[in-house]
Amino acid sequence: MKIRNNIAISDSGFVFDSNNGESFTLNKIGLEILQMLKNSRTEEEITQKIVKKYDVDIETFEQNYFDFVGMLRHFNLFENESF
Amino acid sequence: MKKIQLTIGVTGLNNTDNPGPGIPVIRALRDSHDFELRIIGLAYENLEPGIYMKDLVDKTYQIPYPSIGEKDFIQRLEYINNKENLDIIIPNFDAELHTFMKSKEHLESIGIKTYLPTFKQFEERDKTNLPGYGEKYEIKVPFSKPVVSYADIDNLEKNFDYPVLVKGKFYDAYIAYNKEQVITHFNKISAKWGVPVIVQEFIRGTEVNMVALGDGEGNTIAAVPMRKQYITDKGKAWGGITIGDEELLKLTTKLIKETKWRGGMEIEMIKNAKGDYYLIEINPRIPAWVYLAVAAGQNIPEALVKLALGKKVPPFKSYEIGKMFIRYSYDMIGDIAQFEKLSMSGEL
Repeated sequence: MKIRNNIAISDSGFVFDSNNGESFTLNKIGLEILQMLKNSRTEEEITQKIVKKYDVDIETFEQNYFDFVGMLRHFNLFENESF
Repeated sequence: MKKIQLTIGVTGLNNTDNPGPGIPVIRALRDSHDFELRIIGLAYENLEPGIYMKDLVDKTYQIPYPSIGEKDFIQRLEYINNKENLDIIIPNFDAELHTFMKSKEHLESIGIKTYLPTFKQFEERDKTNLPGYGEKYEIKVPFSKPVVSYADIDNLEKNFDYPVLVKGKFYDAYIAYNKEQVITHFNKISAKWGVPVIVQEFIRGTEVNMVALGDGEGNTIAAVPMRKQYITDKGKAWGGITIGDEELLKLTTKLIKETKWRGGMEIEMIKNAKGDYYLIEINPRIPAWVYLAVAAGQNIPEALVKLALGKKVPPFKSYEIGKMFIRYSYDMIGDIAQFEKLSMSGEL
């Protein structure tokens, strides 16, 4: 599960898919997660990092993470999963 | 380097909410560092905004619609040429291209160059020939059928599910959800553009467009893909962004290579949810959004003029992804005296 190379992620949380011109905005945590995904971090690594940094339990985070990843998949941001 | 002095005639000054490419083409030419230009506007209507844009258009002449007859049309161009000594004309309307292509040699004999597709290239990409075109060049096209009468509309349901697109031969496209709407659109379009009217399968997906330039030998000199971000009720892009769609670039290069396309073109495609590309239509001229390509690094009108002059133009190698255009409307102030001069003398 790797974010495609032609997805540009700005530090402001603005995401641009240069293949089709779509753009998205992320909040701070969304941006952190997307950057970790872009850097090929595993789900376990991402969970550990977020749970340690923010006031959230593993179960709640995983639920939200699953939704978030589903949304990224829906917008075809992952490599080899698009179309 | 010494600049090339050129007088260029440009049509399509209708910079309205259904914009002609004339003004963006002129703007692109004015950006060139290689030309010193006198731009002659060629206008069909008195209120085409470009006529009044004096920083872009040096002088405008009214010309008759080509439908008046080739002889009168050419006579008017000859009159203009006698006064202005035109080097090149860049026609920007689909409906006038046939006349310009037919008069190519005559125009050349009086010193006016054009850079247009051949008749074969022009005809085979015609909307009414799209299914055959798709088959010949192995590109997916939506199922479509030319319609010339109500009887044809009665037979439509054998071939189509609704919704369908109802399109004019040159311009206009409307979506129809039932037979009654097809009839309404058919009446409207045929009254304006004649028959056939084309009924086309509606492909769901994202519209992606390409502006390109072929050198007539199979080489793609320029190609910039764009996705519309904001679309008017006439289906025109009011905002758009350059994209890095490799597949679309490959398709364009292939088409230009196989057809040996000569001149500017716009390729309109729909990319569906599976990632398949359907060719919707090919416009045989530069599109109105061409200035986006200029901003992205490919001055297509400038390259076209150089090709028309017989110069060798190396293909552009890259363009900037993520360049955007946003159109706006702007109230220019004119004077009745200008309108009077144009109406009475046909020149301004």
